[in-house]
Amino acid sequence: MLLTNLEFLPDTKIIKHIGLVQGSSVRSKHVGRDIMSSFKNILGGELTAYTELLQDSREEAVSRMQAQAEAIGANAILNIRFSTSSIAAGAAEIYVYGSAVEIEIT
Amino acid sequence: MNLTLIVLLMLAAGYFIGKRSEKRHYQSIIVREKELSGLPAIASRMPPEDAMYQQHLVQGNIVVASDYFKSFLGELIKLFGGPVVPYEALLDRGRREALLRMKAAALEQQAQFVFNVKFETTTIGEGWLRSVEVLAYGTALSPKGSVNNATLV
Repeated sequence: MLLTNLEFLPDTKIIKHIGLVQGSSVRSKHVGRDIMSSFKNILGGELTAYTELLQDSREEAVSRMQAQAEAIGANAILNIRFSTSSIAAGAAEIYVYGSAVEIEIT
Repeated sequence: MNLTLIVLLMLAAGYFIGKRSEKRHYQSIIVREKELSGLPAIASRMPPEDAMYQQHLVQGNIVVASDYFKSFLGELIKLFGGPVVPYEALLDRGRREALLRMKAAALEQQAQFVFNVKFETTTIGEGWLRSVEVLAYGTALSPKGSVNNATLV
């Protein structure tokens, strides 16, 4: 599956535009790590646990989007966009969407 | 009385440790920015027309927290309005770090450019637990043949 946030592929022919595909994931940390992070918040700096959490969550959203694209017979997703919104303190929704297409594989 | 002491202690800890970690972070950012300056991140949506490149989605993210002192200063400035300098530095650090991580991911794909770079910023915590997540993402263009074609399947 080719994933890109460009709108076209210079050397590849797009056979069919299939439609919009999307994936989302909401995650939060467990309380223990949350408390550790709030200590870290006094001192400032990177909250590694949250960085990883959001990274994992993003990967999951992308794989959900990819699964959706595969199910409708696409082999590439163009113009991918990410969007994040915090639903509650310590929980965030990651949303990813793009346009599923079928490309000619040379 | 005790509470005041704790707050003062937290402010001092935030000020000194936060300042030191910010300084260190900036030093490391500047070094890595120089190292990665050969890999341009471009905001353009139009990739080169020739068919020499393979595309990969790359991203970098960071959650960066404000320290207690900065949050205190931030809340104070908010009373009068005007530029909230402590938060500006926080966001600047986050953006530059996210961009560097994205570039590092692109370099793993032997990329020569990263096109259509986009930033995404989200507030994670509020008030005293203020922290932001910054995501930078784009499409890495690597010369054909430098990485396997598995991504095209």
